[in-house]
Amino acid sequence: MQLADLRHRIDDLSALVHALQDVAGPDRVFTHPADLIAYEYDGCNFMAAIPDLVVSPISTDEVVGIVKVAGRHHVPLIARGSGTGLSGGAITPIGGIIVSLAKMKRILHVDLDSRTAVVEPGVINLDVTNAVQAGGYFYAPDPSSQSACSIGGNVANNSGGVHTLAFGVTTNHVLGLEMVLADGSIAQIGGRGADAPGLDLVGLVVGSEGTLGIVTKVMIRLMRRREGVLTMLGIFATIEEASQAVADIIASGIGPTSLEMIDQLTVEAVEPAVHAGLPLDAGAVLLIEVEGVREVLAPSAGTIEALCRRNGAREVRTARSEEERHLYWAARKGAFGAMGRLAPNYYLHDAVVPRSQLPAIMHQVMEIARRNGIRVANVFHAGDGNLHPLIPYDAEAPGEIARVMKASEEILAACVAVGGSISGEHGIGFEKNNYMPWIFGDADLEAQRRLKRSCDPDELMNPFKVFPTPVSCGELMVRRPPRLGASGLWI
Amino acid sequence: MATKAACPEMPAAQPIPRLAIPELDKCIQCGFCLQHCPTYRILGVETESPRGRIHLVEAAAQGRIPIDARFEEHMYVCLGCRACETACPSGVKFGTIIEAARAEIGPTGSPLARRLTLLALRHLMPFPGRLRLAAALLRFYQRSGLRSAAHALHLVPRRLAEMETLLPPIPKHFFVPAQEVFPAIGQRRARVGLLSGCVMSVMFADLNEATIRVLRRNGCEVVVPQAQTCCGALNLHSGEREQARAMARRNIDTFLAAGVDAIVINAAGCGSASKEYDVLFRDDPIYGAKAAQFSQRCRDVSEFLAELGLVGRLGEVRARVTYQDPCHLAHGQGIRRQPRELLRRIPGVDLVEMGGSDRCCGSAGIYNLTQPEYSRIILDEKVAAIQATGADLVVAPNPGCMLQIAGGVRARGMRVHVHHLIDLLDRAYTAADTA
Repeated sequence: MQLADLRHRIDDLSALVHALQDVAGPDRVFTHPADLIAYEYDGCNFMAAIPDLVVSPISTDEVVGIVKVAGRHHVPLIARGSGTGLSGGAITPIGGIIVSLAKMKRILHVDLDSRTAVVEPGVINLDVTNAVQAGGYFYAPDPSSQSACSIGGNVANNSGGVHTLAFGVTTNHVLGLEMVLADGSIAQIGGRGADAPGLDLVGLVVGSEGTLGIVTKVMIRLMRRREGVLTMLGIFATIEEASQAVADIIASGIGPTSLEMIDQLTVEAVEPAVHAGLPLDAGAVLLIEVEGVREVLAPSAGTIEALCRRNGAREVRTARSEEERHLYWAARKGAFGAMGRLAPNYYLHDAVVPRSQLPAIMHQVMEIARRNGIRVANVFHAGDGNLHPLIPYDAEAPGEIARVMKASEEILAACVAVGGSISGEHGIGFEKNNYMPWIFGDADLEAQRRLKRSCDPDELMNPFKVFPTPVSCGELMVRRPPRLGASGLWI
Repeated sequence: MATKAACPEMPAAQPIPRLAIPELDKCIQCGFCLQHCPTYRILGVETESPRGRIHLVEAAAQGRIPIDARFEEHMYVCLGCRACETACPSGVKFGTIIEAARAEIGPTGSPLARRLTLLALRHLMPFPGRLRLAAALLRFYQRSGLRSAAHALHLVPRRLAEMETLLPPIPKHFFVPAQEVFPAIGQRRARVGLLSGCVMSVMFADLNEATIRVLRRNGCEVVVPQAQTCCGALNLHSGEREQARAMARRNIDTFLAAGVDAIVINAAGCGSASKEYDVLFRDDPIYGAKAAQFSQRCRDVSEFLAELGLVGRLGEVRARVTYQDPCHLAHGQGIRRQPRELLRRIPGVDLVEMGGSDRCCGSAGIYNLTQPEYSRIILDEKVAAIQATGADLVVAPNPGCMLQIAGGVRARGMRVHVHHLIDLLDRAYTAADTA
């Protein structure tokens, strides 16, 4: 079966457009081909599908109107924030309407006394912290894309970040939600407290990837900065040594807030962008952060340095200024965005393994890469056992896509084989939905499906995501325009 | 559930191979540029973001969408500020992409606006003499009472009248140096060429003269070749690439023949364009190498002076100063440190940073004329940031920024002066002389 055969048919497009214009006005309903093609992608670089329409609401009422119109016309709705997701969660494999929430970006309420804030879904993750940091507060989940990604997208994918090790993922920081359901009703879920009465629907919705409804408000938890922070770099000859150091640091009980691995190929890509002074010749760099009252920082740093050295670190640095610390983090967070320096395309994975398996799995990943003749850059949340093998490739090179897909499957299979999972924080989307049976049995998946249908009986909310589908993302592989030889080029 | 393929109908279009430039391949669509883009921040739509525009250019190159009015709109709502280049981890050269796209479109606007723009770009900008004549006519119109009369009689169409308010008074004298070579004062440390610029020469003659004075005081023999012309940046930004190349060739030949150590430029936009002549001619077998040689020698005046090291005594200039990073200096040339260092060298200058100093002011070449609405929103934000610093002087070393910001603070009735870095250095040297 081909994806084109499954594309949703819209019987009366002009009636649909008019109905949406009645809700959102003519300026925020987009129908021109140039406007639609700009929504055929999200942050997942290798697949694309053109939506039928794009609409950009500015209020919950408008979202309700859009959901009702879509229901009447029986057209799928795909909520989209900043379009930085990495699993194709915001693309339209079978067509439909993109509901862009980028204009709903108000921070509605901040209550520092109770350490909560209410924000619209289009608010940029980092803007929350920027709004409250003067008082010493911050919003903890910090994906690498935090300067671009939206809170709505974080909620959809239950995003983690570089401090997940200490602070957990998005679901640990969402107290309540306002959500428009498929029938156009508005549900208020959760609330101020840590444990709202009734079923834990916040836990259900966070991570549901827009398949249950459209979130229009999010009540989030704010945290207070600790007294001090130390950011260190351990420089190793091999990724295996660095992995062992990770295991030892965790075992020591120090409790770092962050333990991030950056390998040589990643440094090669990102260092020219950031100039953080990362060594280009080291096999792996560990970025380690500890926070707490000032008195504990120095002894913790001492222990970390000793453990790094015991595992062969040739150098251990500590950031001497806030500026240097920011540079280290800029290198870590800019890593995947810098992949364009290595190749025109990249495939970023998000597998998880039990932390004890880290050294062994890293060895396997490199072996799989070698066997398939591909390169892998590794930059990941080592402390969480959350791997991000990045495969830079060129979709134009003959056979390259097949090699990349084969290696990717092998990497995922290896992670699952050691008791891991296919996703840590990026979501399943349309990228890994057909791998779901690798980790869930039929009954497990059916239970999830029944829950989804109870909220969305007509399956109009982000269809073809999360659950296995008859076709997979390979159908949507993007092909770049043919490039000209250097001699034939002019601009 | 659907049964039949029904992609949205896409209009027929032909692939454009020359638009499939290698810069496009570098974008991996991470979206890190979005929040750095002034128009995305205002409009919140993908098509008005760098990532979206790059995607549209790629789609046009592939023949997936036509180059139509909508495409033109998305390409020209862009300021060309290149803040996205600073934000991009993959080093995508967005400026090259947008210039390539605009070269397929030509200038933007109504048929009349297009014709006027083309007229100016092709028959005015390349010819300093004609430019001065046009400016002189405009000055006469402004000062003779003709302007007031025309307005009183409602002879000026509304839109044109609005544009006119953006136009500052044309100064009394233009930059027409009496000689080509100005000797160094004291020991000669370098022989430099000065790119005198088009707007700079008619609107900021004093500044060009000040630049020569400051360079000479720093041991530079300054050559101002008469054969030079406008750098072509405005042409490039308006899709007139062939004309830009013709002007670039003239400057390349002129300055390479002058035998200078460096080509010094006091306008950020001109500096950025001149430093990219190598890209403009990268496939030209004749001018490719010469253009690279030219570009390598180009220096912004702050970059050059910081590199050379200031000499001579600087007197006091008492001012609370805030610094606006011109886009084509910060994002286009990566120069942020040097102008600040030089400012701090001046006794009495109290430098206060404004929030978002490297955000565009909305001038962006002729953007304030082509997209006045967005330009105004962006300018308002800038003026508010300036006001928050309490500065009485803004340093913005680029003619477009100076005119735009001066207009903005004037409209708000703020008593803030806008100057070039060189103005301050020149004043400091003069102050030392008189002290």
